Amino acid sequence: MTSGLRIRNLSKNFGGLQVARNITLDIPTGARAALIGPNGAGKTTFANLIIGALQPSSGSIHLDGKDISQLGEAARVRAGIAKTFQITNLFKDLSVRDNIRLPILEREHRTFRFLERHDGDAAIEAEVEELLADFRLLPLANRLVRSLAYGQQRLVELALTLSLKPRILILDEPAAGVPSSDSHLIVDAIKRLPTYLSVLIIEHDMKLVFEVASRIIVLVNGAVLVEGTPEEISRDLRVRELYLGAGHG
Amino acid sequence: MIRISTIDIVRTSLGGTGKLLPVAILITCAFAAFWLFPYDLGFLTQMLIMMVFVVSFDLILGYAGVATLGHAAMYGCGAYAAGLFAIHASPDPLLGLAVGAVIGALIAFFSGLLLMRAHGLSLLMLSIAITMVLQEIASKARDVTGGADGLTGISMTPILGVFEFDFIGKTAFWYAFSVLFIILVVLRVLVASPFGLALRGIKDSPSRMRAIGTPVYWRKVTAYVIGGTIAGIAGALSAQITSLVSVEAFNFALSADVMVMLILGGAGRLYGALIGTLVFMTVRHVAASIDPFNWLFVIGFMLLAVVFFLPDGLISLPRRVAGMIGARK
Amino acid sequence: MTVALSIVVDGIAYGMILFMISVGLSVTMGLMRIVNLAHGGFALLGGACAHVLTMRYGMPFVPALAASVIAVIVIAIPLERLVYRHIYRFSELEQVLATIGIVFVMIATVNLFLGSTLLTIRMPPEVSLPVNLGFKVLPLHRIIVIVVGLLMVTGLYLLVERTRFGIYLRAAVDNQNTAASLGIDTPKVYLAAFALGAGLAAVGGILGAELLPIEAYYPLRYMVLFLTVVTVGGMGSIVGSFIAALSLGILDTAGRYLLPDVGTIFFFLAIIALLALRPNGLLVRPS
Repeated sequence: MTSGLRIRNLSKNFGGLQVARNITLDIPTGARAALIGPNGAGKTTFANLIIGALQPSSGSIHLDGKDISQLGEAARVRAGIAKTFQITNLFKDLSVRDNIRLPILEREHRTFRFLERHDGDAAIEAEVEELLADFRLLPLANRLVRSLAYGQQRLVELALTLSLKPRILILDEPAAGVPSSDSHLIVDAIKRLPTYLSVLIIEHDMKLVFEVASRIIVLVNGAVLVEGTPEEISRDLRVRELYLGAGHG
Repeated sequence: MIRISTIDIVRTSLGGTGKLLPVAILITCAFAAFWLFPYDLGFLTQMLIMMVFVVSFDLILGYAGVATLGHAAMYGCGAYAAGLFAIHASPDPLLGLAVGAVIGALIAFFSGLLLMRAHGLSLLMLSIAITMVLQEIASKARDVTGGADGLTGISMTPILGVFEFDFIGKTAFWYAFSVLFIILVVLRVLVASPFGLALRGIKDSPSRMRAIGTPVYWRKVTAYVIGGTIAGIAGALSAQITSLVSVEAFNFALSADVMVMLILGGAGRLYGALIGTLVFMTVRHVAASIDPFNWLFVIGFMLLAVVFFLPDGLISLPRRVAGMIGARK
Repeated sequence: MTVALSIVVDGIAYGMILFMISVGLSVTMGLMRIVNLAHGGFALLGGACAHVLTMRYGMPFVPALAASVIAVIVIAIPLERLVYRHIYRFSELEQVLATIGIVFVMIATVNLFLGSTLLTIRMPPEVSLPVNLGFKVLPLHRIIVIVVGLLMVTGLYLLVERTRFGIYLRAAVDNQNTAASLGIDTPKVYLAAFALGAGLAAVGGILGAELLPIEAYYPLRYMVLFLTVVTVGGMGSIVGSFIAALSLGILDTAGRYLLPDVGTIFFFLAIIALLALRPNGLLVRPS
């Protein structure tokens, strides 16, 4: 089985500090996986290792059979790995439509063209409108992102990331900072993500994780503690201890 | 459905006139200035050259969001290149402009390789230091550049072999205007292109641009080279029209003035650069003719007023005023 | 050998002046994250004030120095309260523009009252007396400058390392929000640091008037020099500023002695190379 993301013995040291220990993991195509763990467990480090913001000390990462361990961040985006940020990082002074259009232009290698209009390509425009419609952003399309509510900005971010047509989508705390009244928007959007996509959600909101994930990986001290279906994880004593232990003495 | 399509039709027709309107205004203004101020053609021509220069900086600062204080480097090199070319190679003005453009581009490319990696204060300081080095070279290489006395003896053949430079400066005025006009058209196409959109993306969030796979550094270098090319043209124009290049072309004050004019008018919209240059140079012209020293009070307070009360520049003034009136109702 | 010695001694004296003027700039830039192009203006105001006191009113040098420094601090305090406090929140670009505006106003003010000629400061005649140090004969002025510079860096070091104000200052430089959450009154720390920096700049401007002559355009003419010290030394670092000021002083002096034709080019090329390799300053490793 080579389709999807295949991680073998991934480790990362900062000086003497080991922040990722021998992580071995498979995220097959179409999977809905979630990475959970207490603060400081190394979740963000792990995500950074996958997107190439950090280079691993040892181990390998394969995407659809191809070794991407040595690629930089931009090259991994082109290979099909995309990530949303914990805090929204959008083009705040551009319209919602331009926020979606720009990554598509980039994906199609057009941002080095000087003489055509940026909104001049019919196929790209159709794709932009489709994505806007998918995420129910059409009524907001001409607004500057700066003027949107935070929950709406997270939707724009999801749409923007998806416009890169990734194979693997990493969602870093997709509901962080979103008021609970709006979090169903995010859950719905995640549920509607296309099935060709593998999704890895990094989250500590358990409700959201159990709602959307089919596999859960628990990370503690940079190492995988346990991996399984939501039912298995909710029954696992070590996980219960980890999450409930502090509260119950 | 019908309503939407009507709006679309209106929008399209507005878009059509929207494209032609600025062109018409620009040409009308040029003719009006030409007829109204026949004795100030020299000053008006200086203003046009400065507009070319400021608009080139708008691409770098207003669109790509790269703040430097050394834009005079490309202007000065373009001026010297065009001057030396006229003296030693050919007095043809258009060839001279091309030489100025190429040199501006080369300087921007090589300095840009270094500058576009830097940020914030380091970037400001590096850009200043590079301009200082060029200025020192120009003032020390007396045999070539004339040193502190400046490069003199630049004479031009008629433009296209037809339009001869006259004493009153009519030809110079229309020559500078034509160059400005063509550059504005080119820049309008450029900023509406995918590349232009990418520059605005880089200004907004370089980290997000990297995350969508853009080679941010090389995009910035490209923008810097384009801006440098135009700045080189501005320098070449100035050398050809004033028949003189002095080491002051590299002055820090010139780089600072360019930034001030751009922010005063409003960055990131091209025509803000034109308005800023117009207001700045007119105020300076008038204030300096009344009292050359107290001009600094005027510009000092003007700067503080813009930064404190009009951060988007003069072009946001009508909208601001409208907003205030609206709020009062 | 004598040339080398002259370069080192003159360079150190020159570096001390640069340090006095720039250290306040470094601290405020590190602390308030502000690009303050107007800092040299305080040296100018100090120098102009000392000029008026010594030349017009015949005041002796030392009291005139003290009075001028106090005058500059008195000007700096309302300026920080009324103008700079707002500038801190601006973007870097707006800070550059606003502080250029302030420089212009400072220049125009000095120019309005005193004109654009050289503003000499009368010092006691003894300062130009030669002093034999055994290995070299130096004018007393150089020795005074070096001693004052050393006292200043020691004093600042003790202030920052040993006093409560120093702890507050370091905490605020390190992390504003944490400092505020610890109950440190950061606006007061800012004001104190700003006023202190302005006062030190005035001392440097007055003592250094022989090397960097005072005139209305002083803050613009030497702005690049002061900013270079801060950039090379690393913002907010007193020791960094000290090392940077001395090295740049020696480098610039050596350039002028050994390569009179291309000294300035050499100086700026060295700075370009340095900033390219160490964008955050000498003491901070590139991340």
